[in-house]
Amino acid sequence: MKVGLFIPCYVDQFYPGAAIATLQLLEKLGVDVTYPPNQTCCGQPMANSGFEHLTGGCNDLFIKNFAGFDYVVAPSGSCVLHIKEHLHGDADPQETINHKVYELTEFLTDVLKVKSLPAKFPHKVGMHQSCHGQRGLHLSQMTELAAPEYSKPGSLLNMVEGIELIPLNRKDECCGFGGTFCVAEEAVSVKMGKDRVADHLEHGAEYITGVDMSCLMHMEGILNRQGSKVKVLHIAEILNAG
Amino acid sequence: MSSRDKILSAVAASQPRLSLLPDLDILKGGEINVVEKFTEVLTAIGGKVINIARLDEVTAYIEMNTAAGQRVVNLLSDSLGMRAPQADIKDLPHTLDNIELAVLQADMGIAENGAIWLNENRLGQRVTPFICQHLVVIMDKSNIVPTMHHAYEKIGDEKYGFATFIAGPSKTADIEQSLVLGAHGSRSMTVFLRIFKQAELVKLFQNYLAKTKVAIILTLVYMSVFC
Amino acid sequence: MESGLKDHAELAAIFNKDENRVDWHDETLWWVRQKRDKMAHGLPGWEALREAASQIKDNVLSNLNEYLQQFEVNAQANGIIVHWAADAKEHNEIVLELLLKNGIRKMVKSKSMLTEECHLNEYLEQQGIDVIDSDLGERIVQLAKEPPSHIVLPCIHKKKEEIGDLFHIHLGTPAGNADPQLLTEAARQHLREVFLTRKAALTGVNFAVAETGEFVVCTNEGNADMGAHLADIHIASMGIEKIIPQRKHLGVFLRLLARSATGQPITTYSSHFVKPRDGQQMHIIIVDNGRSIQLGREDFRNSLKCIRCGACMNTCPVYRRSGGHSYHTAIAGPIGAILAPNLDMEKYADLPFASTLCGSCSNVCPVKIDIHQQLYKWRQVIVQKGYTTTAKKASMKLMAFTLSSPAAYHTGGKVGRWVLKHAPFAVNNKFNPWFKQRDMPEPPEQSFGEWYNENRKK
Repeated sequence: MKVGLFIPCYVDQFYPGAAIATLQLLEKLGVDVTYPPNQTCCGQPMANSGFEHLTGGCNDLFIKNFAGFDYVVAPSGSCVLHIKEHLHGDADPQETINHKVYELTEFLTDVLKVKSLPAKFPHKVGMHQSCHGQRGLHLSQMTELAAPEYSKPGSLLNMVEGIELIPLNRKDECCGFGGTFCVAEEAVSVKMGKDRVADHLEHGAEYITGVDMSCLMHMEGILNRQGSKVKVLHIAEILNAG
Repeated sequence: MSSRDKILSAVAASQPRLSLLPDLDILKGGEINVVEKFTEVLTAIGGKVINIARLDEVTAYIEMNTAAGQRVVNLLSDSLGMRAPQADIKDLPHTLDNIELAVLQADMGIAENGAIWLNENRLGQRVTPFICQHLVVIMDKSNIVPTMHHAYEKIGDEKYGFATFIAGPSKTADIEQSLVLGAHGSRSMTVFLRIFKQAELVKLFQNYLAKTKVAIILTLVYMSVFC
Repeated sequence: MESGLKDHAELAAIFNKDENRVDWHDETLWWVRQKRDKMAHGLPGWEALREAASQIKDNVLSNLNEYLQQFEVNAQANGIIVHWAADAKEHNEIVLELLLKNGIRKMVKSKSMLTEECHLNEYLEQQGIDVIDSDLGERIVQLAKEPPSHIVLPCIHKKKEEIGDLFHIHLGTPAGNADPQLLTEAARQHLREVFLTRKAALTGVNFAVAETGEFVVCTNEGNADMGAHLADIHIASMGIEKIIPQRKHLGVFLRLLARSATGQPITTYSSHFVKPRDGQQMHIIIVDNGRSIQLGREDFRNSLKCIRCGACMNTCPVYRRSGGHSYHTAIAGPIGAILAPNLDMEKYADLPFASTLCGSCSNVCPVKIDIHQQLYKWRQVIVQKGYTTTAKKASMKLMAFTLSSPAAYHTGGKVGRWVLKHAPFAVNNKFNPWFKQRDMPEPPEQSFGEWYNENRKK
């Protein structure tokens, strides 16, 4: 099983720690994983802004980089959802790419069927449900639906020794990042972020984690501006800890 | 071209390929205690449910809850005594504005939402259950159905000029989501659930018939096997 | 966006100047969402019910031409007079003509989002007709000279103290009294007088049944019934999409509507109008106003399945924190943002962008409209049609160029990180909307690509 590692552009540039943890975690689990060096971005920033017609270059590049792998794994629910729903090239290969792209926790749960992890993280952690992973990829049950509970990232975190997952008043409310929304609708975006952060703080979180670094970056920006000591960590960093 | 034809042809040109209607039978759900559910739901939405064996319990309730001189309108086939004789209200609906309490008969209640079904032939005037200050409804327990699907099955192609479901007193939460009962319609709704003796008798008789039917069939089976 | 008018982001920023009020607005609507959840999670077969409703509405849209004609024939046989209006203007003119023909200059109206969409009140007032809204929330915003901010809870943006002040001025309630019970009672007395004296009543239509020619109007207050049963003329306005095939289908929608809207098991009143009462006229105006165009837009047609429950607004984290008026259209929130561009793409070009695409709206929708997917698709259409700014176009092009070329991307990333580290003032300033209330991320020494190159490259 050959796995291609896709690292979203902003994670590559600003959060290499999350990417390194993803790589090390997969290696630790015995996965043959490679990072194709010429990758850039899934194209979502343009597409969500209404410029999907400008994503051709990104799409072709993605397909070129990842066509040869059995699976493509990325530490991001949002980018994976974009690839699954909107990434298409001129030729046929995208047909085989879309369905083999996995978000990290989905890959660990559904493909590797991980039952235990050698991780240790003795802290109080708040789990942020990033919307695209949750409502788009169905990583966790959604509070709106009358359906049984489950959570792929949640069950992985529960395998970590010493971790205490805190409850939240609003289990799956959006943090307000939303891609270009975070600057185009600055006021509402920040207010949403502040409210989300406050929910975690109220329940005593020492760390806020999630499957998408973009949401975490937004909340980190707010935490830092507030002078809070609470940190954000990508879920891979916790699953790879200790 | 008239607007009608313009709209219809634009719709015809735009509508997608025909898709099928779903089967509604799967939505009915399992068995429930309809009387219990009806009572629980109607109470939760601000209504009141009182179980009675005899109609004069309603009379007593009306005596207790209205003052002398207040207009009480009784649209039952039963006379409910001095304060609530049967009324004929065929005048201008506006003259009903002073009704303090109206007593109506309902032919169906719905357990899942506490609503009762009123065909206009039970209302005297269409406006009666809305314009009265307080609404009293008499209904046989045996007339409660589990869900709206059962309700419409029972309604079938019933003929009416107007009919309505009413579930509790009129209400609003338009001011800061604070619930206030008595918006424009009735301030209260009380449903008297009656065990109708005749219905009980019919049920007993039906049970008896069903049992006899089984006995007859069994006898026939035995006869055909052994003869 | 038309020049001179404020867009959603600007209006939302104004709304957010009073953070306590935003918190209050958010909490109030979240409470409604929770009431809805309790109902949805407590009713066996909820998801199957949504699916059935969705399929019925799909069938309606696929056979609408037929159903409209069937409804017309049956309604006429019942003694209802049927009118057709191609657009808002024609709808308003029909209402006016009906009133004038009968010598009526005063009308009472119950809630109808269609008449908001058609701006009927403004039109009639210009023609010297006195219109009084009878839904409490609508009456409040009417007295305040504001449009409703929510399709089910029209004055959800107003605090009770403000309503108390309004009622003190207009209805003579005691100054400084903001008790909802007292204010509601004052409105009851005031509007009862209105109901008793108006010769014409206009209502909306929640559902119109093709099979029987009847229509159903749902209210909690009883105002539609009070108006209709006391007036000489009952006018009901409906969009073409309000049709459902058979009476039994009402069972599905009446189970869903109030549970989704306010978390009630059913509205207090669900009235079925078949025939005018003796001596009364009953009119139905069937309105298109752009709906047949939306029906022809494959990606957007299923927005016409909407039953106006407002659940998508209550759940929308953006709506809750920006208020209904920030959408500057009759129907606010996520559903409004996919309906409005059909009516005027330029004017409402901002609305599909007023969303994080979180998808909660689609999950609560009782008829399973893929609202957030349509928001995404409208963004593409709006940009393609050119309703975007030159600056945005240029920055997107630059971004697309950079991200299509690994070399440009790697150089760009390096430069960006260097600037953040060594010249943060270039980024951390008032021109950067991110920085206004959020810190920029700490730039790392190395990108992951660079780290990988050093540590894993074989």
